[in-house]
Amino acid sequence: MAEATETYKVGQHPDLPPPRSEVGVIGWVKYNLLSTPFNVIMTLLAIWFLWSIIPPIFEWAVLDSVWTAESRKACWAKMEVPEGAACWAFIKDRIGLFIYGFYPADLRWRVNLSFVLMVLAIVSVLYENMPGRKFGLWYAVAFPFITGWLLVGGLGLTHVDTDQFGGIMLTFIIGITGISFSLPIGILLALGRRSKLPVIRVLCVLIIEFIRGVPLIALLFIASTMLNYFLPPGTAFDLLLRVLIMVTVFSSAYIAEVIRGGLQGIPNGQYEAADSLGLTYTKAHLLIILPQALKISIPGIVNTFIGLYKDTTLVLIIGMLDPLGVGRASLADAVWAGLAREVYIFVAVFFFICCFSMSRYSLWLEKRLSTEN
Amino acid sequence: MIEKLKPEPAIQSSKDASKIIIEITGMHKWFGAFHVLKNINLKVSTGERIVICGPSGSGKSTLIRCINRLEEHQEGKIVVDDVELTGDLKNIEIIRSEVGIVFQQFNLFPHLTVLENCSLAPIWVRNMAKAEAEDLALKYLERVQIPEQAKKYPGQLSGGQQQRVAIARSLCMNPKIMLFDEPTSALDPEMIKEVLDVMVELAETGVTMLVVTHEMGFATAVADRVIFMDEGEIIEQKPPNEFFQNPEHDRTKLFLSQILAH
Repeated sequence: MAEATETYKVGQHPDLPPPRSEVGVIGWVKYNLLSTPFNVIMTLLAIWFLWSIIPPIFEWAVLDSVWTAESRKACWAKMEVPEGAACWAFIKDRIGLFIYGFYPADLRWRVNLSFVLMVLAIVSVLYENMPGRKFGLWYAVAFPFITGWLLVGGLGLTHVDTDQFGGIMLTFIIGITGISFSLPIGILLALGRRSKLPVIRVLCVLIIEFIRGVPLIALLFIASTMLNYFLPPGTAFDLLLRVLIMVTVFSSAYIAEVIRGGLQGIPNGQYEAADSLGLTYTKAHLLIILPQALKISIPGIVNTFIGLYKDTTLVLIIGMLDPLGVGRASLADAVWAGLAREVYIFVAVFFFICCFSMSRYSLWLEKRLSTEN
Repeated sequence: MIEKLKPEPAIQSSKDASKIIIEITGMHKWFGAFHVLKNINLKVSTGERIVICGPSGSGKSTLIRCINRLEEHQEGKIVVDDVELTGDLKNIEIIRSEVGIVFQQFNLFPHLTVLENCSLAPIWVRNMAKAEAEDLALKYLERVQIPEQAKKYPGQLSGGQQQRVAIARSLCMNPKIMLFDEPTSALDPEMIKEVLDVMVELAETGVTMLVVTHEMGFATAVADRVIFMDEGEIIEQKPPNEFFQNPEHDRTKLFLSQILAH
């Protein structure tokens, strides 16, 4: 502080460092935690709350938990207090079901290989700096077909019915299909809704409003029961495929509205500048308008994707076993019944990891795309 | 397309000044029920430099925006470089690639670097190779004296620098006509000069220019003709000396007395 009071000649005042109390750890603590008496009390209360809640949870979930046992009884026998800690042995016992559903055990390598291919595809799409990204993007386009073949079989591989799919694998299939197809479809719907051609505009508005006006569960029931009535007789249409279409269409309508919001945020001058250079509608949108509109829509898009991802659990209502469905089915087993906490915590942690990653990625992307100072 | 394959002279020689490059006859435009442009008749020769002035709301911006069809006229005829402006999208795209425009608000693409802003249209409209387009962009960035900012984003530049980038972006399309829509009105006084200097230099190359501006110094120094508009009509058009010393209409005299008073 003392330095700032020194006098300098006019026009020769140097840049001084900010006062000490404003920077560093001490400055941060003082400013954020201890600035007023009320703030001091809130800080103490928060510390007390964390102190009383974290150690017991840690003991229950980690320190005292049991990882190997044949049954719930055997699990509890190993504890100081029966039911006093987590019995992860249950999850361990059922982990195959949680990951693969009823996929035949001797063919699970195909699912594992698909997981690896999936990670490669995701990395290729999400990380611009990846070496050989151009090849990576082509690979990402081919990925759904490769995995589809790997998982379902045919062409030399043993056929596996999609009703044997389940668990985390099913969540990934529905979630990733929904996310990757609803973005382009949503963009087209959003552009269509702003089209100058009345036919296209009205059609897009009708699709968006109808889909948004119907609950996803209703659409899933339509997919599982009614869709066959509308199709020509004899066309057996796989249930999973119907669910994939419904989930994609559902989230496309939401994405379309999010992107329309983004498009409205683009100043008119950008359209005029693009037009005035002689760019066609398609080029102007691909090069100028959409990159900016998508950038400002990122929080909304990711929000919709996270919602979609969690909504995949709704498929348990039409008899498909996603991780939550597998968990509920496992609880019906007399050997393990009663371990609901372990199951739901496991499922919750799985979904949290996926959704939190999406959220962090979107923040990272926003930062990277920022062109402000 | 065949026309474009012929090498174009980088500088339009003022010898073919007799050639009419823009011809507007009996043109009217309405915004809804509001009659913005009334019976506009205007001929511009190749290489001519025209300054358009007038009070705000007089339709001067709308007039030049009609020339590259950012605004659609409802009656009359506009012919630019022997192509008539109609609803035909192909014609409009051809004319737009020949006519550059510089906006009051710059309208640079904020998600692209300065270099990408300038090379975008040559690559995607003229199908130029990327390296060639970047060389071209750097050449024009040098001409507007900011080659060192090529890797920056527009948001990191001052207003004057952004406007000079916008001029370079238009020049990269090697336009036959340059339109300026109040290019210095959004700038701080300190930056107006750097933009005007670039425009004066550009005028010396002989490109056809239509400039909507209140910079009367620029009009005196550069313009071949000054057009005064009010309430959607062209009131008077004259060479700058005559226009400033000898205005005919009372409306013009009033306007000049107001802008020259301070």
